[in-house]
Amino acid sequence: MNMKKLLCTLAAFAMVLGLTACGGSDGTSGTGAGETAGTEAGNDAGTETAAFMVGATGPLTGGAAIYGNAAKNGAQIAVDEINAAGGVNGYAISLRYEDDTHDAEKAVNAYNVLKDWGMQLSLGSVTSKPCEATSAETFADRIFALTPSASSVATIDGKDNMFQMCFTDPNQGTASAEYISSQNLASKVAVIWKSDDVYSRGIRDTFLAEAAARNLEVVSDTTFADGNDKDFSVQLSDARDNGAELVFLPMYYEPASLILSQASGMGYAPKWFGVDGMDGILTMKGFDASLAEGVMLLTPFNADADDERTTAFVASYQERFTDIPNQFAADAYDCVYALKQALENASATPDMSASELNDLMIQQFTTMTFDGLTGSSMTWDASGAVSKSPKGMVIQDGAYVGMD
Amino acid sequence: MTMVNHLINGLSLGSVYAIIALGYTMVYGIAKMLNFAHGDVIMVGAYICFYAVNQYQLPPVLGILAAVLVCTALGVVVERLAYKPLRAASSLAVLITAIGVSYFLQNAALLLWSANPKVFPLFFTSTRINEAGERVVVRNLEIGPLSVSYVAVVTVAACIVIMLALTWFTGRTKLGKAMRACSEDKGAAQLMGIDVDATISVTFAIGSGLAAIAGVLLCNMYQNLVPTTGSMPGIKAFTAAVFGGIGSIPGAFLGGMLLGILEIFAKAYISTQLSDAVVFSALIIVLLVKPTGLLGRPVREKV
Repeated sequence: MNMKKLLCTLAAFAMVLGLTACGGSDGTSGTGAGETAGTEAGNDAGTETAAFMVGATGPLTGGAAIYGNAAKNGAQIAVDEINAAGGVNGYAISLRYEDDTHDAEKAVNAYNVLKDWGMQLSLGSVTSKPCEATSAETFADRIFALTPSASSVATIDGKDNMFQMCFTDPNQGTASAEYISSQNLASKVAVIWKSDDVYSRGIRDTFLAEAAARNLEVVSDTTFADGNDKDFSVQLSDARDNGAELVFLPMYYEPASLILSQASGMGYAPKWFGVDGMDGILTMKGFDASLAEGVMLLTPFNADADDERTTAFVASYQERFTDIPNQFAADAYDCVYALKQALENASATPDMSASELNDLMIQQFTTMTFDGLTGSSMTWDASGAVSKSPKGMVIQDGAYVGMD
Repeated sequence: MTMVNHLINGLSLGSVYAIIALGYTMVYGIAKMLNFAHGDVIMVGAYICFYAVNQYQLPPVLGILAAVLVCTALGVVVERLAYKPLRAASSLAVLITAIGVSYFLQNAALLLWSANPKVFPLFFTSTRINEAGERVVVRNLEIGPLSVSYVAVVTVAACIVIMLALTWFTGRTKLGKAMRACSEDKGAAQLMGIDVDATISVTFAIGSGLAAIAGVLLCNMYQNLVPTTGSMPGIKAFTAAVFGGIGSIPGAFLGGMLLGILEIFAKAYISTQLSDAVVFSALIIVLLVKPTGLLGRPVREKV
């Protein structure tokens, strides 16, 4: 099996090398290699259809597909609304999503496709691991990027043109511990986290720090990893035997669904507390939603809120995609509107090059204040992190309900 | 009591490894090749059963039967197309081909069934009436303070039945004797009038049919089905087969069980992060002390 691993790694290397090589040749000049790319990828494209070219990658298939499709749909609604209302500074927005299957190498591949297409502004990637890869590319190519939901610190770390619409992982861990202790949900908690995932580790680390500061006793701290993510009997019995009243699950919904089902099988019913990755568990096909009853999670968006913008967004999302939008959809929707606001403030036009737009956008985002579905009076600091506060939600009768 | 529960969990995990390892060891023992695509045949079997039951509303028994039939055919076709032309080639070439088949199956599944995870239905449950007078589905058998899931009981039972049946088959039947003859010396077997190609085909058919059963049981235990579902259990089961002595049918059973228990105990008492490292270190130690595995027959090199 070593042979298999080795081959796999070699193949991956070869692919990445091939991709970066061709990406580089396209980016440095439009004249040399790749005539087809040169004609349409030139930064001064837009002679025929002057429109802002906005591209993004996300998991449209695979284990995290619910997030990618939600973000894509949310962004599409915003783009269609804006275009129908006359566009940005009189120009339409053209949106394109490429599939990255929540995989870093595929994300870079997809990013190169978008660059060939002539992308001027990026919505980054939907999930953290791929976005860490694509943000390095957008940084090097000087294309401004605003990710709806890639929440790891490494996504924005050291990149002046990478901004986030979601709160960062440390922020989520801290907020979760704060919420649990201030609402007196439990005094003894267990954490089960995915040791090979930056997203999970980032949240868990700050959660532990904040829990210690707030006298929240963490009685069980167990992990799992890729390839070892099916059997949770040990982690769950450790939590139960140590008397955890609440289990904190900083992970995506797919392993979480197995944890909930196995806990129910062994008759263990603590309180469950998830983070934004838990969002989507109810729309998983074939999942018994009654298992998720009472699961709490922090998310910046509440589809039940009755303000005018949220209800309009939820109605139009339901009409077009038959689902209730989750926070990923709302984050992506906000991203498009934030870009619109910044482009209008800067009086930008589609004939500007990606790097000109990049400089204007950095200037705008670090100074502007934005009101969206996922928060009001949001501001960004120079690092690219957003200031906003998460809302507590609980699953009741198969739907997300606000806790406050 | 916790320890007993860990032991039970280990046995149920081990029984899944054992049932996959039986397929590995069967093919290795007779055809003398490592069929790395075995784990992916498991995945195909699980998908067939999933669609038969979910899409076509067949009862679980027919779903399992359909999976066994499709996988048996798949095993024979793969053997005919990919491995038979390499009968005379070096074992390394066959090994690489098997890895290729494994990736082919995974990517074909990705195309056919998409990467979206499927939630596999539970087959082995009972219902009881709870205090509120509602019928609830029960997945676990309660014996005093112990709790064992029905699927674990079924898997262990299936595993033992299959092991005994295979032992009887290879030891007592004509075809089984032909298989053992092929395993010992292909050339001599051919001279004795045994159709070596047909015998190897039958071996693949049996191995792949077993893989289908393993796939259904695996997905019933952990109800999550994606195109890579078979790869990690496949590697662990291969380890189990080597652990028990590859080529030995009782060895695969013993190796699988021990590996499952070891994995759960390592998780529970050493570290959840290091459990796989512990499992594979144990394999290295066994191979250093007894290179043929626990129940493997020592093979004398003929000079």
